Amino acid sequence: MKNYLPIGACLAAGLAAILILPLFLETFTLMELTVYVIMSILALSLGFIWGYGGILCFGQAAFFGLGSYAYAIAAINFGESTGAFAVAIVVPALFALALGYFIFFGRISDVYLGVITLTVTLILFNLTNSTSGDQYRIGTAAIGGFNGIPSIPTLNVPGSPDHIISPDAFFVVCVGFLMAAYIGLRLLLGSHFGRVLVALRENEQRVDLLGYDSRKYKLAAFVIGGGVAGLSGCLFANWGAFTSPTVFSLTQSALVIIWVLVGGVGTLLGPIIGCFFVQWLTSYIGGLDIVNPNLLLGAVLIGFVLLLPKGLVSVLAKWGTILTSHFGSKSANHGRKHSSPQPASGGVAQ
Amino acid sequence: MDYFAVVCLEVLNAVATLVLVSIGLAIVFGMMKVINLAHGEFIMIGGYAAITASKLGVNIWIAILLVSPIAVGLFGFVVERCIVRYLYGRMMDTMLATWGLSLLLIGLITSIYGNTTIGLSSPLGSMTIGAYQVSLYTVFIIAVAIAVLGGLYLLLTRTDFGLVARGVMQNASMSAALGINPARIYSVTFSLGAALAGLAGGVLAPITGVVPTIGVAYVAKSFITVIGGGASILTGTLAASSAFGTVNQLTTFLSTPVIGEVGLLLVAIVLVRMLPQGITGRFFRGRV
Repeated sequence: MKNYLPIGACLAAGLAAILILPLFLETFTLMELTVYVIMSILALSLGFIWGYGGILCFGQAAFFGLGSYAYAIAAINFGESTGAFAVAIVVPALFALALGYFIFFGRISDVYLGVITLTVTLILFNLTNSTSGDQYRIGTAAIGGFNGIPSIPTLNVPGSPDHIISPDAFFVVCVGFLMAAYIGLRLLLGSHFGRVLVALRENEQRVDLLGYDSRKYKLAAFVIGGGVAGLSGCLFANWGAFTSPTVFSLTQSALVIIWVLVGGVGTLLGPIIGCFFVQWLTSYIGGLDIVNPNLLLGAVLIGFVLLLPKGLVSVLAKWGTILTSHFGSKSANHGRKHSSPQPASGGVAQ
Repeated sequence: MDYFAVVCLEVLNAVATLVLVSIGLAIVFGMMKVINLAHGEFIMIGGYAAITASKLGVNIWIAILLVSPIAVGLFGFVVERCIVRYLYGRMMDTMLATWGLSLLLIGLITSIYGNTTIGLSSPLGSMTIGAYQVSLYTVFIIAVAIAVLGGLYLLLTRTDFGLVARGVMQNASMSAALGINPARIYSVTFSLGAALAGLAGGVLAPITGVVPTIGVAYVAKSFITVIGGGASILTGTLAASSAFGTVNQLTTFLSTPVIGEVGLLLVAIVLVRMLPQGITGRFFRGRV
């Protein structure tokens, strides 16, 4: 029941973006906006496992990068995108399953999880970086080391390799996938699975005592997050028809965390807002060419942790409450306060 | 036989390097439960401090063994006062904030020194073992690692500071009740950890050269070592460094350095799956 409002809002916003923006914006601006949308999907994947599962994965870029590499290699081998698209989601999900098994069934605590996932990402970076040379190829695809993989076949209409999707249409596709990811995760959170997940974020021991195997739930959430990140990576490889080891870089891993933290942990809307805001900020400041982008990102990260740990969405929500209490009818507001108390940690709301 | 000796020396070198890069982290993490993701950048700054000092005409041994640890130790003190102390008990937030610090430092150093590798010529010559040439500096690194471990052992077990620090480590509020100021101990401990990271950076600079992003290579290895080692600072670091350094170096001998790193990680993940508390969580329990 409670899900209808956000899902409806998401549908409305997504449809508006698809219908209106291509009319007004030039292809270049639209392409730039497409990256924002693609990265929002990545932010959403971390927002889901961190904000609702309590799993702070520092290496979400690993799944993103694996998705883009898996797509690139599969698409070059298959010559069309339908099968490659599936591979790009399945490979990172399976990788998340294997890695998550060791992490969750080893009962490794949250902190170590962050360190291990980060290490895995850095090692994937080194590994892909050192594969220049002709002997490193999978099927017909050369991995290319630090040069990356150029001229990847881009998305075509499923089952019909001759119909390549144009940049304008690709924007629509990406917004569609973002909407699908958002709605899918929102429905998942409303289900029994989502409730158990949030419960174990709050108190893992109690959930275990109630007879749930929290390890399996965490692992499942981790795998879903990996799959969604893989989808994002697949779209990213499509966007420039190119992928390179930078998808596994420290900056990429840091960015995902910063997006979610800036937007607000514990929401699904926050990661999307944070992603758009930070990307806009970095491209704006980067264009000015005064400060090093890493310096800026670091300062943003420290600032938000120390001063605004709940992110932008909490600020917006607070402003929203102040505005409604100012302009809304006093008695209605008063009544609402008593009938629906806010969840203590801002948990499932949003 | 000669070849075997060379392999042994290289393995010892790998172990000593791991000890050096992870001991500062082990102290900060083991005593304060603070995860310092900027540890790699502390090492990086140590390298830059040594190189800058020796360019200014300071004797290279003084630059490596004194300037680096002191500079980074002071820097660590500032960091603890400005950022870390607001986040005690919030492990995740500490991790996030220090990661922000790490990015900030990478950006800062890139702005100052540019994005190229700066080198420092290795101060010692080489020696011959049979038909092989081995850099004497390798032996020096092993000696420094032994000296650091020995010095810390004495510091933690034979001095008042060591006693108090171990007390705070076991129960901060109880020590506070006994009249110790945990905030001061934390501050000193963090600076000590930073100084050791700086020492590692200075000592390793002649071998690897330094770039602003070099910390990334160290932070992963040092964390894996500290996690693998478990609760005891010295015993854990030594045990995990020995295990991972050996695996890393032997795989490197058989294939490439990158595969060596992968081997290290695989062994570490399997080890943590079997011993979630680290090596010293199961064995050597209760040592320093």
